[in-house]
Amino acid sequence: MLEVESLRKSFGDFTAVSEANLTVDKGQLVAVIGPNGAGKTTLFNLITGQLHPDAGQVVFNGQDICRLPPYQICRKGIARSFQIANTYPRLTVFRNVQVAVFSQMKMSRRLFYPANRIAVKETEQILQQVGLQDKADHIAGSLSHGDKRVLEIAIALGNDPELLILDEPTAGMSPEETRATMALIKHLADSRGLTFLFCEHDMKLVFDIAESIMVMQSGKTIIQDSPVVVRSNQQVQEAYLGRE
Amino acid sequence: MLQDVLKHKSTWTALILFIVMLLLPPFIPRFYTYILTVIFVTALFAMSLNMLVGHGGLFQFHHAAFYGVGAYTAALVFTKTSLPFWVGFLAGPLAAAIAGLIIGLFCVRLSNLYFGMLQISLGSLIWAITFRWYSLTHGDDGIHGIPVPDLIASQKGSYYFILIVLGICLILMYMVHKSPFGSTLQAVRDNPERCEAVGVNVRRHKLSAIVIATFFAGVAGVLFVVLERSVFPDLLFWVLSLEIFIMCLLGGWFTFGGPILGAAVIVSLRTFVGAYTEYWTLILGVILILLIFFLPEGLVSLIPKIFKIGTKPKDGEDELNAGG
Repeated sequence: MLEVESLRKSFGDFTAVSEANLTVDKGQLVAVIGPNGAGKTTLFNLITGQLHPDAGQVVFNGQDICRLPPYQICRKGIARSFQIANTYPRLTVFRNVQVAVFSQMKMSRRLFYPANRIAVKETEQILQQVGLQDKADHIAGSLSHGDKRVLEIAIALGNDPELLILDEPTAGMSPEETRATMALIKHLADSRGLTFLFCEHDMKLVFDIAESIMVMQSGKTIIQDSPVVVRSNQQVQEAYLGRE
Repeated sequence: MLQDVLKHKSTWTALILFIVMLLLPPFIPRFYTYILTVIFVTALFAMSLNMLVGHGGLFQFHHAAFYGVGAYTAALVFTKTSLPFWVGFLAGPLAAAIAGLIIGLFCVRLSNLYFGMLQISLGSLIWAITFRWYSLTHGDDGIHGIPVPDLIASQKGSYYFILIVLGICLILMYMVHKSPFGSTLQAVRDNPERCEAVGVNVRRHKLSAIVIATFFAGVAGVLFVVLERSVFPDLLFWVLSLEIFIMCLLGGWFTFGGPILGAAVIVSLRTFVGAYTEYWTLILGVILILLIFFLPEGLVSLIPKIFKIGTKPKDGEDELNAGG
């Protein structure tokens, strides 16, 4: 479904990603792990078009999506969340998700029809799925940090994506919130048949729920395989797990 | 849609205000009728800017350029051709929207302050053209004694005409504000990167908003011609843009109706305080400083506090529809 081949990106003299390879199959939960500065976020930004690579290829459903702007990549079926809470702080929780649903329904540019009448059911459904239905009328900026992160996932769901990319979905969350969020991701993967690509710092959680793990170090892919194989890999243990 | 709207208190407030304004002229001196008309025109102009500044997060620093284009286009059609009134009335806003589209095409490639800087320079270019092209625009002299139909030429006639046009425009703007387009525009204001990532073509969205807003600025420009029956280059000068910008901030730029209040306050200040002292802007300055410290949401945010209405509007930030 998603195929990343020898992707490279440098900022001036600094090479953030030098040789990234990644395969995501339909329905899979794929995790990217690696120490801070390994290039995980850059890799995600390259896939979803926030950045354009210097070399390499990103193929999604047989199509090269490398040089497309983010909004077109989204329309191909890849939605994402960001590492820092990235919502619309002055809008309600409901509106935050609804705007994505408008976009999905190609209605963002409708002028003379009340927004309160469109995409209401779809939006409510998503809020229900992530458990934010009671906070639908709250202003997004007033939510707790944990709720903001969940709202981010809800916004991404609004695009009804095939592939959902989550950049550290649990960053800054308490242990309970982290577990709840991971359970939510697992639940969404099972119930909606969604494909997930995410990165995460909590190794125990990653090895619990991921079906395939890609390990990055200094911008390079060391290995991508099942959790069992990754865990026993010599290089990974030295580079990363050994430090824990 | 109508049922939804009638449920809101603010809709009734706006409706009552509108009816009061309709009934008012026989009971007040001519001078006050005139001031009210000036407020109506200015309010529409400020509302059109706020669509970009308050709801779109676009620093449209030189909005007056489009007001002026609307006014001059109408004035030229009224004086240089014998076409019927409505042709000029439509030509003004259309010309303003086209100017908005052309300038917008360049500006939307930049963001934030850079957008503002480019916008102010391109807008000033229109001012310079208007100022210099003497054979067409009469430069600094402007065009005076512009003919308008008898029905709306009298003071009361122009009052009612402008009030009704303002009413229609506000309804249209409110519909746009409450539409998926308007919601998405507010999302673009809050977080353009996120919007791009949910599949919104942010540049095109901004550009559409600019075209719509400059259209309404053009309408305000034509209303100015109906009211004053003259045009002059000051209509496109950046000082006016700044004044309108302040009206949006003063009234409450994240609200829908705030700029109307802002326009009413500033026009009144200019008229009544300006009669005593040239330095009325000094008072404006003090008001602005107080505002920034104590009422960053604008004057409109005072209304719920005064009337002890619940301070948390249901639909987020923008239920207020004051004035009309």
